[in-house]
Amino acid sequence: MDPILETKALTHTYSAGTPFERTALDHVDFAAYPGECLGIIGHTGSGKSTLIQHLNGLLKPTSGQVLFQGTNIWTDPKATRNTRFQVGLVFQYPEYQLFEETVYKDISFGPKNMGLDEKEIDRRVRDAAHFVGLRDDQLEKSPFELSGGQKRRVAIAGVIAMEPQVLILDEPTAGLDPEGVESILGNIRDYHRAHNATIILVSHSMEEMARTVERLVVVNDGHIPIQGPPRQVFQHGDELEKMGLGVPQLTRVFHRLKAMGVDIDPSVYTVEQARAAVLAALGRSPRRTGGEPAADEKGAV
Amino acid sequence: MALKDITLGQYFPGHSPVHRLDPRTKLLAVVLYIVALFLANWFVSYAVMFLVLALSIKISGVPVKSILRGMKPVVFILVFTALLNLFYTGGETVLVHFWIFTITLEGVFRAFFMVIRILMLIAGTFLLTYTTSPILLTDGLESLLSPLKKLHAPIHELAMIMSIALRFIPTLIEETDKIMSAQRARGADFESGNLFQRARALLPLLVPLFISAFRRADELAVAMECRCYHGGEGRTRLRQLKYRGADYFTLLLFLAITVGVGVLGHFGL
Repeated sequence: MDPILETKALTHTYSAGTPFERTALDHVDFAAYPGECLGIIGHTGSGKSTLIQHLNGLLKPTSGQVLFQGTNIWTDPKATRNTRFQVGLVFQYPEYQLFEETVYKDISFGPKNMGLDEKEIDRRVRDAAHFVGLRDDQLEKSPFELSGGQKRRVAIAGVIAMEPQVLILDEPTAGLDPEGVESILGNIRDYHRAHNATIILVSHSMEEMARTVERLVVVNDGHIPIQGPPRQVFQHGDELEKMGLGVPQLTRVFHRLKAMGVDIDPSVYTVEQARAAVLAALGRSPRRTGGEPAADEKGAV
Repeated sequence: MALKDITLGQYFPGHSPVHRLDPRTKLLAVVLYIVALFLANWFVSYAVMFLVLALSIKISGVPVKSILRGMKPVVFILVFTALLNLFYTGGETVLVHFWIFTITLEGVFRAFFMVIRILMLIAGTFLLTYTTSPILLTDGLESLLSPLKKLHAPIHELAMIMSIALRFIPTLIEETDKIMSAQRARGADFESGNLFQRARALLPLLVPLFISAFRRADELAVAMECRCYHGGEGRTRLRQLKYRGADYFTLLLFLAITVGVGVLGHFGL
């Protein structure tokens, strides 16, 4: 399958030619495939924010290429602008960019810039609001009357309303309570399913990532040293630790058990997998004992 | 983004003897230097002043190029001043006369000296801001103006306002950058269109920026109250300003220069 979004030897240098020169990305080859749910992980200053801002044409590469559906997004200004609509980017703490008088108007800012007609804008605004769980009566409120969590929903809806094929979210759950985290991640999964969109999630929480994404890309010091399915990535525990990342707590416990001589499969990262591994080690078949996985999870944690 | 490249306070970090002087010394020296500039009125005294400036720049290690670059915005004022002095100075020796314009030798000299004076004035004050961090400068100003507190002038408060403003400029620039990116990601266009369209396009930037500035101000006020901030009275400082030998020497030197140039100027040199 051809990637929907790709970078080739992407290099970005900030403040080139001054004493403050800093290379944030160094010949990065990155690819995202249609319909996948991808995670980008890296600690502060690793270059992950720089990378995602290239993916929708907000930053121009110092050298190298960014390709969207196989075409270089910087060949003509129209393509660049089009990419911004097709690759939606939700920044960190997006609630701080709200500016309109009503929630409805704020969500419609993106679609309006796309030049859509009024009926289509209305449909998209209502759809997007529905996706993030906003009620109809909240649409006419001022966004500044809402709570922090609701503001964030409005901001995410503002990007979803453009119905991008690729949705990038930078730390969408930062500063939310566990319930808020679950519900935002649920909204993102819903959008993923409903539009068969590509989702790129940026986070530094390994637990959250492990539960949500199918593939992980690790960014460190302007390079991508490790990528692959979470199970595979978490086997590089020591390297991740050196990058200041670490693996999910569960995986660490299981690695320790293995080191202590317990015959157990250490490549687990969700409670479900852990359960199966423990049962397998005890020589029992992993059978369901009733209860939803969610309830199971809460009990175990 | 070009916003990040803005230099603020134009401070040039360094360790030259000029950098290490007490900010109050530098402030006073600049005041004396400006007084001397206005006392100078002929080639000899201007030559002395030029020597003082050139030596100070040399010792500070600030590139002459960056000082010259800072002069660009005042070119218009310079040209304007030169023309005014050229045409409006009366005198005996008429060089050119046509229609209602008369150019005299005195006018030429006056225009020339005026331009030199402004240039040297700017260069001198630039040297101050290039070699003193904005925070130190504020501290120095507060300390120098503190006698006015006796007259109930809110010197400490003004200095505090200045330091806070300086402290938040980089933060606000970063914030502006972030909001701009976020709105451009939603298709906002800040670069094209006529003046009216551009002004309108700034709305999605300015509203969140103002809101966040107010929020920050509020948070800062609470944080200051939590630490029992109650104004300048009895407050101690992390950086104590202290005069050293070099400071006394510099002050005396500049005092001598000012008196000397004053004497030279008095005798029309």
